Amino acid sequence: MRISGAEAVIRCLLEEGVNLVYGYPGGAIMPVYDELYKFREELHHVLVRHEQGATHAAQGFARATGKVGVAIATSGPGATNLVTGIADAQIDSTPMVCITGQVGKHLLGSDAFQETDIISISTPVTKWNYQITEAHEIPEIMAKAFYIAKSGRPGPVLIDITKNAQFDELDFSYKKCNSIRSYVPKPSLKIDQVKAAAEIINSAKKPMIVFGQGIILGEAEAELKAFVEKTGIPAAWTVLGLSAMPTDHPLNVGMVGMHGNYGPNVLTNECDVLIALGMRFDDRVTGNLATYAKQAKVIHFEIDPAEVDKNVKADVAVLGDVKETLAAILSLVDAKTHESWHNEFKEKYNIELEAVINDELQPKKEGISMGETIEMINKHSKGDAIMVSDVGQHQMFTCRYSKFNSTKSNITSGGLGTMGFALPAAIGAKMGRPDREVVAIIGDGGFQMTIQELGTIFQTQVPVKIVVLNNEFLGMVRQWQQLFFDKRYASTEMINPNFIAIAEGYYIKAKKVTKREDLDAAVAEMMASKESYFLEVLVEKENNVFPMIPTGASVSDIRLR
Amino acid sequence: MENKTFTISVYSENNVGLLNRISVIFLKRHINILSLNVSESEIENVSRFVIVVNTTEKWVKNIVGQIEKQIEVIKAFYHVDEETIFLESAIFKINSSLLFDERQIQNIIKESHSEMVTVSRDFFVISKTGRRSEIDELHAKLKPFGIMQFVRSGRISVSKEKMEITSLLEELQS
Repeated sequence: MRISGAEAVIRCLLEEGVNLVYGYPGGAIMPVYDELYKFREELHHVLVRHEQGATHAAQGFARATGKVGVAIATSGPGATNLVTGIADAQIDSTPMVCITGQVGKHLLGSDAFQETDIISISTPVTKWNYQITEAHEIPEIMAKAFYIAKSGRPGPVLIDITKNAQFDELDFSYKKCNSIRSYVPKPSLKIDQVKAAAEIINSAKKPMIVFGQGIILGEAEAELKAFVEKTGIPAAWTVLGLSAMPTDHPLNVGMVGMHGNYGPNVLTNECDVLIALGMRFDDRVTGNLATYAKQAKVIHFEIDPAEVDKNVKADVAVLGDVKETLAAILSLVDAKTHESWHNEFKEKYNIELEAVINDELQPKKEGISMGETIEMINKHSKGDAIMVSDVGQHQMFTCRYSKFNSTKSNITSGGLGTMGFALPAAIGAKMGRPDREVVAIIGDGGFQMTIQELGTIFQTQVPVKIVVLNNEFLGMVRQWQQLFFDKRYASTEMINPNFIAIAEGYYIKAKKVTKREDLDAAVAEMMASKESYFLEVLVEKENNVFPMIPTGASVSDIRLR
Repeated sequence: MENKTFTISVYSENNVGLLNRISVIFLKRHINILSLNVSESEIENVSRFVIVVNTTEKWVKNIVGQIEKQIEVIKAFYHVDEETIFLESAIFKINSSLLFDERQIQNIIKESHSEMVTVSRDFFVISKTGRRSEIDELHAKLKPFGIMQFVRSGRISVSKEKMEITSLLEELQS
């Protein structure tokens, strides 16, 4: 079949099962857009309002579905606007393929109009990237792109296609890629490692599990549940591991990390065996490495060999796909309940309940708290919603207090901490999972970083629910200024616009809540809405997120106030 | 952990962007690459990078892991000096008149076991292959007479132990 390179790009996407892409047209990608027009019945293109929105929407789609998200942009500024989303996808292991147009091959290196060296720019933040300069390369490279993005530890891939390669013709045939000789997506399971891990686990008196996003990416939720239930080991989650197990599971002991729960953080430094499942010991999880779990034997289940011993030295590394390794260890571990050890978590939880949680969920202050807003959403969502949070205090409250019944339900920018992530990511999540309720929780700061995507919501009529928790501050930075910079609130106070008028300007139903007694009805109305809905909640201005592990402190020095 | 000199050997596909991708890994950690050499390897179409750095063993281990996970990298190794046979090459361009005016230059060249590459009316060129210290020594001896041009290559090295790339490639391709 003799077709143009641009048509080949579309056909490759269709071959990979893609029927939804996010993008923004421009000069160097016009041939591809011309084909998108011709294929509009099979391949739906969502026009975002800024290329960064395309990447976050593709990420939201990928995180909610487990499929590869696709973003398309033109050369130059179109391509550079993708970079934040690509970096976010890289650090959070999100499968994404970005396609950028590029100036014609004969112009490369000449500083042509809208030429940027996006390959060099994106190299440190992509799992792989490639510049196509000849049409005939397209099928093979696109197949590789999807294989690399999705396999092993997922990540973003950028394919830059010069304009001549889009116009020129090729003989098209497509073969999916399923191996690359220099690439080992996942190490093969070594039964000796599994046995060694089982032996340590079986002799442990106070073992503790910390599970991360690897469980979700590896679709090992059932294996995790079986492992936790058989061994009876207290299981804590990282921010990105959240929702891999239902939050109300009795063996769940909460969240680790900087604003995680008191128990799992403190007891990290008291457990005798620490079992890390699909997590990478991020510094926001470990606090000071020199005092992190030094008393414990560490067992690290990990797909990426480069993560083993990177931050925390593993006594036993169980390399491989966590779905396979957890399945393999199940028959080797003893059934236990660890009752008294669980009681220690309960005691610690009660301390946190008294010191932090009660006050957050039933505040004595007049102003509404972020925590009680999340709790109200729980009440109406019954834990079935996908929660997409932005970055800051509201994000930590969302992760601390949201209820989740099913996996792939907590979507947030973890590793990169990208403000502006949530609004476009919620669009992608809802389009990927139209059957599920999607609620974006955003601060007044982050909302204004990608506020233009309200236009995408209006144009596509995607029924996402948007909650802006407005404290008229860049709250997390303000909290740090209060605690560590003697309350010098440098550039953290926000004089905000009329958000309701803005939402209504995009013809989105909008409501503002300022009093506690109105919160229930407003959340109920939002959740019942069949259309997109914007809810602004004016919250207490200077509330803080606690507990907190200050930077450089040990997990056991977590502060309750 | 103390800093040491490590030789990192990377076997990779011959790919145009890979050098950038690998150098970024060092850049992120502010590790200065002391020497870099890229060439063909013993296997057809497989490139070999030899990278010399001075850092701790923990970091070199991390870095090698991060290099190895790059898609086009087949395998990466690191070794300390005692585990490798390594060499560098240098070329000196010197004014020909010195050969006659400064007779001891002839002795220096002879004793250093360097090779005369070319001699012309205006200049002559010698090359020296060996350890860095030998090249440095020759450089120091010739410097007082004036060196018109000097260039030294990156380190090339082979490991004493096996680096089983061929069998690995066969396994990967099967």
